[in-house]
Amino acid sequence: MSGITHTTALWYASRATGVVTLLLLTAVVVLGILVNRQGRLPGLPGFAVTGLHRSVSLLAVAFLAVHVVTAIADPYVTIGLAAIVVPFASAYKPFWLGLGAVSLDLIAALILTSLARARMSRRAWRGIHWLAYAAWPLAVVHSLGSSADARSGLVLGVLAGCVLAAAVAVAWRLSRAAREVPRARRAAAILSRMSARKAEL
Amino acid sequence: MGKQLRVDPVACAGHGACAELLPELITLDEWGYPIVADQPVPRGLRHAARRAVAGCPALALALAPVP
Amino acid sequence: MSGSLTLPQPALAPGGPPRGPEGPVGALPRLLPAPGAGPVDLRAHLARYGALGSAGGQDRLIREVAAAGLTGRGGAAFPAARKLAAAGEARPAPVVVGNGAEGEPASSKDRSLLWISPHLVLDGLQLAAAAAGSATAVLYVQRDERLHGRLAGAIAERAAAGTDTARVDLVPAPDRFLAGEESALVSRLTGKPARPVYRPVRGLPRLAPGRAALVLNVETLAHLALIARYGAAWFRTAGTAAEPGSMLVTLHLADGRASVAEAPLGASIAGLLGLEVAAGPAGAGVPSVGGAVQAVLVGGYHGTWLPAAEAAGLPLANEALRPLGAAVGAGVLAALPADRCGLAETARVARYLALESAGQCGPCFNGLPRIAAALEHLAGPRPDSRARAGLERWAGLVSGRGACHHPDGSVRLIRSALRVFAAEAGLHEQGRCRGTDPRPFLPVPAGLPVSEEDWS
Repeated sequence: MSGITHTTALWYASRATGVVTLLLLTAVVVLGILVNRQGRLPGLPGFAVTGLHRSVSLLAVAFLAVHVVTAIADPYVTIGLAAIVVPFASAYKPFWLGLGAVSLDLIAALILTSLARARMSRRAWRGIHWLAYAAWPLAVVHSLGSSADARSGLVLGVLAGCVLAAAVAVAWRLSRAAREVPRARRAAAILSRMSARKAEL
Repeated sequence: MGKQLRVDPVACAGHGACAELLPELITLDEWGYPIVADQPVPRGLRHAARRAVAGCPALALALAPVP
Repeated sequence: MSGSLTLPQPALAPGGPPRGPEGPVGALPRLLPAPGAGPVDLRAHLARYGALGSAGGQDRLIREVAAAGLTGRGGAAFPAARKLAAAGEARPAPVVVGNGAEGEPASSKDRSLLWISPHLVLDGLQLAAAAAGSATAVLYVQRDERLHGRLAGAIAERAAAGTDTARVDLVPAPDRFLAGEESALVSRLTGKPARPVYRPVRGLPRLAPGRAALVLNVETLAHLALIARYGAAWFRTAGTAAEPGSMLVTLHLADGRASVAEAPLGASIAGLLGLEVAAGPAGAGVPSVGGAVQAVLVGGYHGTWLPAAEAAGLPLANEALRPLGAAVGAGVLAALPADRCGLAETARVARYLALESAGQCGPCFNGLPRIAAALEHLAGPRPDSRARAGLERWAGLVSGRGACHHPDGSVRLIRSALRVFAAEAGLHEQGRCRGTDPRPFLPVPAGLPVSEEDWS
């Protein structure tokens, strides 16, 4: 390449911030699972895990914004403003970018409802928050399909790492949930443990 | 107007963030559930109390007007 | 208890009920027909009590109920007129619910009332619906095929006769101790399991945002039906000035017999339970009870144990009971025979109460099982000294920290047992026990909840 042109810079920026966004989103998912299962990070108090989950998600939104703006501003490809939030409205690679738009819409819902958390019912907030498990995989697939770079070399390695981290976290969550005592059995479980173990007293 | 901290015991799952953020007013029992001081929140701790309310992952802590 | 219906035996003679005006319901019993009579159908009901007549407007009914001083007969003794007035002001009109769940195993008065005099309850339900301005009513009754069949029949009878304006739906309650708790009941009505809900703000419970519920115990409804017919002055011819009227009580006598009876508030507990009271040691002024009974349980499994001698001198009235840490509650009275171990009996009940925790609030589902296990330990020979210390610590941690009063009530019962049976605890430490009869005395259901279905 003879020199970094303006358009090339935008092109690089878009892809670089895309990768960072995906890394951050993966961290958000893993941290969210930790919060839910009351897991801890070594050396950090419990409230810090929740704080990190929220801070990293806002950081991810910031990088997501740059990723989207640089992609739209890049004259090399025609995407169009609408395609940011309207899925499959892009002229360039409508399908793969459309997945990204869906993911962005879901992320927007997650962020907005979490900011307004105290004003909505707990059930409604939880229901929407589960959409995180749709937003993240959509972001991964969007990455793989949008750019050939994502399918080889370092970037593929990073993506693979993200998928592995999320998979491990989800598997951990499922195994913990499977061992959790259901409400109807909680008192009985403790009672049988106590009756058997008089040493507890 | 006085404000008091209240825990929703059904929503509370024993995360313990509240006790970490506001140890002056909240301690944890031997099972990890919060024991909240039964007094209005002093002015100097209002800000910390709001942070504790925001920091609860289960939204189980609330600041309510003293009846 | 679950699945079988205890039909009331002939009412025992309480200690001299006050005489009232002449008429079919001048004296007691008011809610139940003459002793020995069978269930009342619509025709017999109208023959005995007369027709309901026009209520004269909801305001008039509420005023009459307020003048009568009717309080809830479900245990909380909340003034019924205030609930009716709140319901009358609520928009849209609240759903009216007759609470016949009777989760308390030691109580069978609601079941008996529904079986014998369903039309009194149904009259009351219609009156409450009219006062609330509601066109729908619910009768919430423990899952019992025979009882549900009988009630469905009574509702159909009235539909055929055209007596009812509000539609009555029969909703089965799960066989849980907490099924009749007000917020658990409302939960069940919305299709969720019957578990209590955290309610920091008191008032009429909400079925949904904007839809309230008026919940009244079935016995309260029956009294409502009589007040509407005969008026407040008549209602007050029984009972005391502060606690007027009559109530249904479930009596567990020392000889093992159990029955449901109607008694005026303020009736002598000794009279109801058949306790032989003799004048105490000369000049002491304290009655002594013939050796057959050691203690009396007042109010049910969230109630209080009292020493027999103390209970024998008391009337069944909150005015006398509250200063002693007890309350009338839902009218359960049990006379513990002298040859039983009070700690063992309470330990059985404590285990049941622990297993009936809804499992929602950490202090409750953690504390009650530990307390129950410690009490079981204390009920055995030579208990470890740490059992008592642990129990006291957990009791302090548990009270007032749940969404409902299950932990508080359970702790109240257990603390009173430790007080009243302190001598027994001393005997146990030496490896002895006064209990010579190992048979269980207080009724405790066998099944324990294992899945969500058991709460639905």
